[in-house]
Amino acid sequence: MMMTSTQSVGASKAPILQAKNLVKRFGRVTALDHCDFELYPGEILAVIGDNGAGKSTLIKAISGALIPDAGQVYLDGEQVHFSSPLDARKQGIETVYQQLAMSPALSIADNMFMGRELRKPGFMGQVLRQLDRPAMESFAREKLNELGLMTIQNIRQPVETLSGGQRQGVAVARAAAFGSRVIILDEPTAALGVKESRRVLELICEVRARGIPIVLISHNMPHVFEVADRIHVHRLGKRLCVLDPADYSMSDAVAFMTGAKEPETDTAGV
Amino acid sequence: MTNSDSNRSTNESSVASASDTVASFEDDRTGFIKKLQHTLHLNPSLVPLVVLLLSIAVFGLLLGTRFFSPFALTLILQQVQIVGIIAAAQSLIILTAGIDLSVGATMVLSSVVMGQFTFRYGIPVPVSIFCGLLCGMLCGMISGMLVSRVKLPPFIVTLGMWQIVLATNFLYSKNETIRAQDIETHAPLLQFFGTKIELGGAVLTYGVVFMVLLAFVLAYALRHTAWGRHVYAVGDDKEAAELSGVKTGRVILSVYMLSGLICAFAGWALIGRLGSVSPTAGQLSNIESITAVVIGGISLFGGRGSILGTLYGALIVGVFTLGLRLMGADAQWTYLLIGVLIIGAVAVDQWIRRATV
Repeated sequence: MMMTSTQSVGASKAPILQAKNLVKRFGRVTALDHCDFELYPGEILAVIGDNGAGKSTLIKAISGALIPDAGQVYLDGEQVHFSSPLDARKQGIETVYQQLAMSPALSIADNMFMGRELRKPGFMGQVLRQLDRPAMESFAREKLNELGLMTIQNIRQPVETLSGGQRQGVAVARAAAFGSRVIILDEPTAALGVKESRRVLELICEVRARGIPIVLISHNMPHVFEVADRIHVHRLGKRLCVLDPADYSMSDAVAFMTGAKEPETDTAGV
Repeated sequence: MTNSDSNRSTNESSVASASDTVASFEDDRTGFIKKLQHTLHLNPSLVPLVVLLLSIAVFGLLLGTRFFSPFALTLILQQVQIVGIIAAAQSLIILTAGIDLSVGATMVLSSVVMGQFTFRYGIPVPVSIFCGLLCGMLCGMISGMLVSRVKLPPFIVTLGMWQIVLATNFLYSKNETIRAQDIETHAPLLQFFGTKIELGGAVLTYGVVFMVLLAFVLAYALRHTAWGRHVYAVGDDKEAAELSGVKTGRVILSVYMLSGLICAFAGWALIGRLGSVSPTAGQLSNIESITAVVIGGISLFGGRGSILGTLYGALIVGVFTLGLRLMGADAQWTYLLIGVLIIGAVAVDQWIRRATV
């Protein structure tokens, strides 16, 4: 029963992002213990787990922020080696980190293009290396508009003048604008109020509607059960099982997560 | 990290209390003070500019044409040129949330290399100058490597480099001064930056022109190139910059190397200013450069401020120094007032930061 949804998705399509046997140790702590991971095209995969289960390490290992000690990562069936987040981004994997990775004093447009700025054509751009501000700003405005975030009035305002939800919105818009293949969101609603969380969840669904698969790491069971297509339960550094939210309740998920309940044996082969 | 976390938690609470978007929340509070705070936040060099213009006006009123003459005003420029150039280098480092205590020592060692290479080994002057510039860049590169690769704190690295470079300077130069007349007759190129341009009563030197040009070039690079944006991002939140795909190590290394090179240019300009090459010159440059940067409104916590602010900061110090001297005041008054300005500038910086969220 537990496997039905995964099999139906898995049978029709190959995973777009896959990890096998990932291991990551920090000194004597094993954060990832031969962990597997699969993400299929067009889905929202939630990753849940207790504090310290190694969710963030898993995400960092597949997004290039950490280099795993062992194991392989496959993108569209091809093995990839990311040595920095930039490598992963070049392959179309965008990550929105828990700490948002924004420079508070810089503008929205500057932040959206951080690390991949556009330069003016011709002499100004090639010799004087001048940034193409108008192009960057209009692109940023367009992307925020697409995701219905135009309560933000001025694209030049520094990010620190935005509310938590707006910042999250900008971070998601940045990921959606450049993430052509996979978007990873680490605890996107953790720091937000009820209203702003709702807006971010809507954003996530809008991104899925455009066909981009999403990995959603979250502690918030109602949010996970609301948007996820599958739920990857992480415990003690590895994948415990994958759940179909239609078949299980939130309390089951929490029980698996904390070890209060063990999944049926056949899930090990997912 | 803790900074952004606390930001976020305050966001949360303010969001909870505000009924709708933050935009409307802010609109309730648009008083004059709030607007001022916001304007200063966007243009951090406005404060030093206003202070500079005010101090020129006040000394002008008190001293009349003795101060308010092309000669006196350009004299200020000549007096601050070295500190101005060094402070530009210091600004770059401080923008990345670092600090460079070795700027003065790097400057002096570079000038000594230029002089000694010419006079001790008889190397052609342009080559000696090139070696001096290279020497400055190398000093910056060592600091930069230690900060970006070995991940040592900039304060400690440059505190060590200060001693190392200064000692190297004394050991290598054997504490010898090269006299101005010798340089003038044998290697005038070393005094290039001392060349005077006279326009009416105004007297400028190439060193002054270089300082102003340098400030504008750096201002352009910081505002309009990706590199400049990365410098700010690294100073603002290094980890966030790294996660956004900025190669922070490379940015930091480039900043220290550029800063070392600028210090070497300051060393060249120093020969022009003094006429001679002296290994004991520029002992106060470290403190003076940091003073100019702080008064210029650049945040010591990195990521905020502008290079033009630093130029204004250096000029403010120059205006006070000359103005008080012309008034016949004890030189200690200058230091006292500079001290007040430093504390005032940092207080304003903190106040501007509080404007955010």
